[in-house]
Parts: sequence; C-alpha cells; structure tokens
Amino acid sequence: MSLLAQASEVAVTTPSVDWWGVMPLLLLAAPAMVLLHASSLLPRVFRGFYTMATIAIATVAGGFALALWSRVTDPGRGPFSTLGGAFGVDGFSVFFTVLLCASVIIAALLADGYLRREGLEGAELYVLLLLSASGGVIMASANDLIVMFLGLEILSLAVYVLAASHLRRFASQEAGMKYFVLGAFSSALFLYGIALTYGATGSTSLIGIRTFLVENTLFDNALLYAGFALLLVGFGFKVAAVPFHSWTPDVYQGSPSPVVAYMASGVKAAGFAGLLRVFYVGFSSERTDWQPIVYVLAIATLLGGAVLAVVQTDVKRMMAYSSISHAGFILVGVQAASSEGTGAALFYLAAYTFMVAGSFAVISVVALKGDSHSSLEDFRGLGDRKPLLAAAFTVMLLGQAGVPLTSGFFAKFGVITAAVESRSYWLALVAMMSAVIGAFVYLRIIVSMYMSDDHAEAGAGHQDDAGVPAVLTVPATVWVALGVTVGVTILVGILPGLLTGLANDAVPVLVRAAG
Amino acid sequence: MSFLGSIVTPNWYLVLAAVLFTIGAVGLLVRRNPLVMFMCVELMLNAVNLTFVAFSRALNDLGGQAVVFFVMVVAAAEVVVGLAIVVAVLRRRPLATADDVATLKG
Repeated sequence: MSLLAQASEVAVTTPSVDWWGVMPLLLLAAPAMVLLHASSLLPRVFRGFYTMATIAIATVAGGFALALWSRVTDPGRGPFSTLGGAFGVDGFSVFFTVLLCASVIIAALLADGYLRREGLEGAELYVLLLLSASGGVIMASANDLIVMFLGLEILSLAVYVLAASHLRRFASQEAGMKYFVLGAFSSALFLYGIALTYGATGSTSLIGIRTFLVENTLFDNALLYAGFALLLVGFGFKVAAVPFHSWTPDVYQGSPSPVVAYMASGVKAAGFAGLLRVFYVGFSSERTDWQPIVYVLAIATLLGGAVLAVVQTDVKRMMAYSSISHAGFILVGVQAASSEGTGAALFYLAAYTFMVAGSFAVISVVALKGDSHSSLEDFRGLGDRKPLLAAAFTVMLLGQAGVPLTSGFFAKFGVITAAVESRSYWLALVAMMSAVIGAFVYLRIIVSMYMSDDHAEAGAGHQDDAGVPAVLTVPATVWVALGVTVGVTILVGILPGLLTGLANDAVPVLVRAAG
Repeated sequence: MSFLGSIVTPNWYLVLAAVLFTIGAVGLLVRRNPLVMFMCVELMLNAVNLTFVAFSRALNDLGGQAVVFFVMVVAAAEVVVGLAIVVAVLRRRPLATADDVATLKG
C-alpha cells in the first residue's frame, strides 16, 4: 500500500472549537481582512468611513467579550478553554479583550483627524490596528507558550508597520526600523526562552508546565532559570521595562501620535497580559525564584523612567519615559504575585490605558502638520490659546501623577498596597519616590501650559514647518476621544469600586482556569 | 551517530544551537548593515528551531517539532515586514547604515 493511502486511513482528530469563546478574536481579525480587501477593490468611499468601520468592529468585538464576561464569572459555568486547551477564555482574557478594543477605538478616533491633516489616505492604519489588537487578544488568552509567541508576533509585526506608516516623515521610518530590529531581537530571545522552558519541563502548555513544576522537584534548575530569564527579557522589551527600554523614546517620538496612543495603551496592556499569564499562572509554584528578578526590574524601571523623564525637553519623549515608569508601577503589582497584586496591576493597566491615550490625543493636535512640534516650548501658553484642550491635558497629567479624585491615584494606591502586603517595603518606598519625581515632570508641562509670563508672547514659539504661528484646530473626533478618556479618568477616580470590582473578578478566574 | 569516535547526543545539538544563537545575537548588536542585522535575526530564530528539535528528540515528544513549523512561518512574516521597512528607509537614505539612521535623539 502506498504511503499516501495509509495516511488517508488514519483518522485525524481535530480539537473541538468553542466558537463563542473565540468570537471576539474572530470579530477583530476577520472584518479587518474584509476591510483591507474592500479598500483596495472598491472605489473610494467617503472620508471617515474606515474610522467608523473600525470603531464599529471594535465595539462589536468588545460587546461580544462583555457577553462572555457573564458566562465566565458565573459560578455555575465558569471559565473554559478551547482549541485543545491552548486558548483560555476566562475573566482575565475577557478583561484584556475589552481593554484592547477600547484602545483601538480611541486610536481610530485620533487617526481620523491625523490622517486628514497629514494628507495620508487608506485603510491600512485601521486594519493594522485591528490585527494588532487581535494579536493582543491571543496573548491575553494563550494557555500555551507557542500560542503566546504567535500572539506576540501578530501584535508586534502590525505595530512595526504602524510605527513606520507615515510615508513622508523620515523620523517615522526610523522609528519603525528601530522598533523592528529591537523587537525582532527580543522575540528571538523570547522564543529561546520558550525552547529552554520546553526542554526543562517537557511541555509548552502553561497548564502542563504548572502541573509538572508542582509535581516534580528539579535538581538542576539552570535550564528552567535561563528560560525564565529569557521570557522576562522578551516581555520586558514589549512593556518597556528598564534595561530593555532603549527603543521607547525614539519610537514614541518618531511614530504617528495615534499609533503611539495605541502602543502605550494596547501594546503595553497585551505585554503585561502575557507576562501575568506566563509567570503568575504557569510558573506560580516557582514564584520565590522569579519574584526577586521582577523586584530588581521594577526598581530599575521605576527610577530609570522617572529620572530620565526629568531631563527631557520634548513632551513626546517625556511621555515615553513616563510610560516606562508606569510599567515599573505595574511590575510592582506583578512582583507581589498575589491576587491583590494582580488585581491592582489590572486596575492600573485599565486606568493608564485611558490616561495615556488621552494625553496623546492632545499631543497629536499640538504637534501640528508633520507631527514634530511637541517640545515643551510648543506647549507654552496652551491654557490661553485652547483652554479646554489644556484642561483635558491637565486632567490626564494629574491622573498620571496620581492625584486624588483621578483613577491614577487608586491605581498607584493599589499596587503600593499590594507591595506592602507582600512585605516588599523597600519596593513600595521606591515606588513612592518615583511617583514624586514623576509628579515633577507632569507639573512641568502644566506650568508651561498655564504660567507663561507674557500672555501676548504665549505660543509665539509654536510655529509650523513653514514658520507660520500655529493655528490649533481640534477635530471633533479628538474631542470625543478626550471626552471619553477624561470621563473615565474622573469617574473611576470618584467611584473606584466600578473598576476594582471588575479587575478583582478577573483575577481568581484566571487562577482557577489554569488549576 | 558518532563523531570522531564519540556518540553524538542531543546535547551536542543544544550546544551548537546555543553557539549559533550567540553568533546571531552578537552579530545583531555589532553589525551596522540593516540587511546583515536581519540575517542575524534569522540565525537566532533558526538556532531556536534546532533547540526545539533537539529537545523534542531528547524528550521523545513530537510537540517540539511541530513548533518549528510555527516558527518558520513567523520568521517568514518577520522578513517580509522587516525588508519592507528597510527598503522604505534605504529609498530615502541610500547606503544608510544603522548609525546613519539617527535623527531621533534626546
């Protein structure tokens, strides 16, 4: 009998698929593909169509995820996994799916006005945003390291192109290239980490790894530790933790502002989703081994980000370093390796997503045509020129500084409390110091916006590429984005219970699903 | 299998893969030509593939070999995106090395 005939007799059992469970993912990826093809095949539609389509797609996907929330948090039914156990659907993944959809919606709102101003066209930016978010959803749901790697690559490859998507601006292409080279390097390290973990435990499934580590005592841990370290480096690059942060300022400065809004919110959230899933679920029995590494990483990130932000003169670079120090705060929550710490990290990520997206909404307007006028000087007197815009930016900055009555206060409060409860007193102290240094940076921008000495002079240095004094036009979509982000920041700041409840509900489910 | 009288175990392949990975990593950090930097990334990914296959053999588990296919697809996708970005950069700045692409500083 021929080999082919033999092969046809072997019944291949394919894993069962729970289509409702993977629906949010499919609803992001499939319409994105349709949108891409429609944009190249159909005649030009009216401007703003792609924005509306993207928002509709992300809303529907997020809505489906919300529908799953009641199913996975219902004690009777609970979380489940599908696709041969490689894709977990639990409160954790649903939480991040909704967060990523929100991040895409805000980025799409900003992209509309941005593309009009820069004279760029096409659906590519929107399609790549949706595809990147689908990669993030895979990362948040992955119960297998290889699926995690695929999610990481789908997320990253789209963002490399997004960073380089401004065709007429060399800085954008430079940003894309830098991001790509360092991103590819970190992916390779991450993959080597998976290989070593596989060698040490004999499985790439997180549940398999967890079971193996609980049941066996390893005499020679070297392979596993090397795997931990390389996986941490890979995630460290994605979430911009010191010392793997060097790409962040250049990429944030060079990339189109709406893309940066997504990078700082969506990509960071997905990176932390993967980090928490791998370390908190897969390697939970070895927490005493990885906690010290995350401890050191958190201290370096907190201090490095805050201190380097102080010496910057460009607001985009300041926000880049501040996003590094925020990653440090979230690492404080991760380091606690407790359900309180993880819940606090989730709360922080959700609050930060809206604050940073709102900040880049303002920056994208002030940066003018060419997207390069974002120095501190360009923000001088913004309070006189555009009071409402300046007020919105102030709320965002105060939120990031952690001022009470904003969501940022409870975010910082949560992670520091978790650190104290896990007896990491020094870490809590460093986090508070970093918050103080960070507050200086944010106040510096606020002072520049409101306290210029001469009101006539205010904004005179803010000129476009042709040397004409800037006329700031704020598109309606940016107002919508600012309304949403300011609203969420203040609402959660007054009623934190809304979000803490959700964040804490997302945590225990995650552990149970893996157990 | 034997080599110069000694049995070749999967460990040999693991060491070889580690050496290849290191060559790739060092090359990426040291070389300045964008295309050579890509080749180094490819070398790193393929070193990981070799590691997976070696572990797969040592553990007698087919999972590691299946992973290689995924990695190859990802590597191909990465090359497509990377080359597109490099071509875009080199069109604007012919013969640019990684050091020339440095307008963003602070």
